Amino acid sequence: MSNNRIIDLKNISISLGGEQILKDMNLYINDGEFITLLGPSGCGKTTTLRIIAGFLEADSGDVYFSGKRINGVPPHKRKVNTIFQRYALFPHLNVYENVAFGLRVQKLPEKEIRDTVGDMLRTVNLSGFEKRNVDSLSGGQQQRVAIARALAVRPKVLLLDEPLGALDLKLRKDMQVELKNIQKELGITFVYVTHDQEEALSMSDTVVVMDSGVIQQTGSPLDIYNEPKNAFVADFIGESNIIDGVMRRDLLAEFSGRRFECLDKGFARGEPVDVVIRPEDVDVVPVEKGVLSGVVTSVTFKGVHFEIIVDVKGFKWMIQTTDCEAVGNTIGISVDPDAIHIMKKSMYSGLYGDYSSFSDELELLSDVSYEKEGLPDE
Amino acid sequence: MNKKGWGKKIAVAPYTVWMALFVVVPIVLVVYYAFTDQSGALSIQNIRSILDYRETFFISIQLALLSTVICLLMAYPVAFSISRMKAYRQQTMVMLVMLPMWMNFLIRTYAWMTILEGNGLINRFLHLLGFEGFNMINTNGAVVLGMVYNFLPYMLLPIYTVLTKIDKSTVEAAQDLGANRVSVFRRIYLPLSVPGVISGITMVFVPAVSTFVISKLLGGGKKFLIGDIIENYFLGSTGSINYNIGAALSLVLMLLILVSMTVMNHFDKDESAGFM
Ligand SMILES: Nc1ncnc2c1ncn2[C@@H]1O[C@H](COP(=O)(O)OP(=O)(O)OP(=O)(O)O)[C@@H](O)[C@H]1O
Ligand SMILES: [Mg+2]
Repeated sequence: MSNNRIIDLKNISISLGGEQILKDMNLYINDGEFITLLGPSGCGKTTTLRIIAGFLEADSGDVYFSGKRINGVPPHKRKVNTIFQRYALFPHLNVYENVAFGLRVQKLPEKEIRDTVGDMLRTVNLSGFEKRNVDSLSGGQQQRVAIARALAVRPKVLLLDEPLGALDLKLRKDMQVELKNIQKELGITFVYVTHDQEEALSMSDTVVVMDSGVIQQTGSPLDIYNEPKNAFVADFIGESNIIDGVMRRDLLAEFSGRRFECLDKGFARGEPVDVVIRPEDVDVVPVEKGVLSGVVTSVTFKGVHFEIIVDVKGFKWMIQTTDCEAVGNTIGISVDPDAIHIMKKSMYSGLYGDYSSFSDELELLSDVSYEKEGLPDE
Repeated sequence: MNKKGWGKKIAVAPYTVWMALFVVVPIVLVVYYAFTDQSGALSIQNIRSILDYRETFFISIQLALLSTVICLLMAYPVAFSISRMKAYRQQTMVMLVMLPMWMNFLIRTYAWMTILEGNGLINRFLHLLGFEGFNMINTNGAVVLGMVYNFLPYMLLPIYTVLTKIDKSTVEAAQDLGANRVSVFRRIYLPLSVPGVISGITMVFVPAVSTFVISKLLGGGKKFLIGDIIENYFLGSTGSINYNIGAALSLVLMLLILVSMTVMNHFDKDESAGFM
């Protein structure tokens, strides 16, 4: 085992209330990295953190901390601290005592406690709030107390369960930067949970995409975005057109009735595949120059660009373009080889990546609409 | 005033009338009797004569305090362990605690009489085994036992309620920060259950300090608690009835309770704001 792996989950399975929540999960976390668990609501992110923190015991599988197996070690003996989804501050203690809690438990001398608490409150910009009752704080301030409280005991690993979930967009952005800075400064391993893909991509060293208790893909944000492993990942991370296709041979894919050069190989000849094309990678060209052509069915202005839906032989593509097209126009489409990403077929094939039913309202709902019920078992 | 305001007024009217009738009027009457003599003239003679009952006040408070402490020591661990059981078990346990309360207070106390009597259950059993009996009835101990038995649920329920309301995630947060079981208890459960303890203490101490039934039945009716004396002034034999002294004693008892409750509430606030 490599010795910079601080946490290692091996073949973890767990059922709660008769339902299997995590299925044979394997995950390792390197010392000092910022790793994010990303997935729709109910996919098992909190459960994973609770197993690492020791609040839940897996039905099978092992948890290692710095190479030592820690199954059965109670939470208070683990060098892991948690920032809970709903902060869980101590209502009977003021801000100072909340932050001091872990230090008092360790029975540190009063002076050291005072210094550390002062430091921590300064780190999270809450100096001067020592005497305040935690109930009287705003959501963002409570959040920061929770961070200071966890950091005060100098954990090796900090588990953060959707810590910014309750904050408004502006504060969220600020706190993202602050958290990232804290992590870099203190060199602590962060295991961060979110269902916001943008947050995951912008903050993490490693992103772990989960669905229904199974890790779908682990990789750097760039890898996850550019090389999604299946239709679920492609759809969950950013917008994707996912088109049914066939590999004719290495570097040649066929979809929408045309053959396209691509950069992917290692598939069998004639193997059915999912083809991912990001909306920003599609070029809109005059009809006669396009490899494909289609009719614009909707146009949405997004500020930097237009988001247009184009009907290409019955399959609706989403395309981002800076040209203003009118609904009803016929346009040509061309795609460069490096914009085409080929994925093996999976249980998610055909479920995502078609924008036929697309509307703005749906987009607003999309955070919560990834329910697992529609998925067939493999 | 708008319609809504009137509606509100009408809605609370029954309560206002109720309060006036059954709270304010009696208190006014008590005060009136306490400061008048039997002819109706203003007098502080009643209040003065209270000094004669110093001993009785003292022993009443002493026994009530003792019962309250015993109730607390018994109820807390029970409430704590019930609050940690599975939900359906908790319901059964709380039912069991409440069960005796479904029986009339007097009947329960009579039952204890027959158990503790000179030739009551316990002594007969002891005789059967060839031991000598004890004198249990008509002692301070019997009175305290009666108080503890009767008032225990009033201590247990508020503590239990407060304990179940403690957010599980607060406890997990404490464990997460390194607190072991003892530490979690001392730093989370204990301070967060103070409000329940306070209301438990109030709910036991107040009836205990003013009881007369328990002392009458289990204490041999020797008029040794303040409640007995007050009862005697209001409901005793014709010669001994004196509403004025009775009212004066009641007033002092009420003030005593009021003061101790205020002190307790202050204690509660300090406790939960700056514990440790
Ligand atoms: N104690 C429990 N008993 C039964 N089911 C549970 C229990 N705890 C969690 N679950 C279920 O396990 C699944 C995963 O829960 P988990 O809290 O890990 O989701 P999550 O990924 O953190 O979701 P969210 O983003 O909404 O916080 C959910 O379907 C949830 O209902
Ligand atoms: Mg969660």
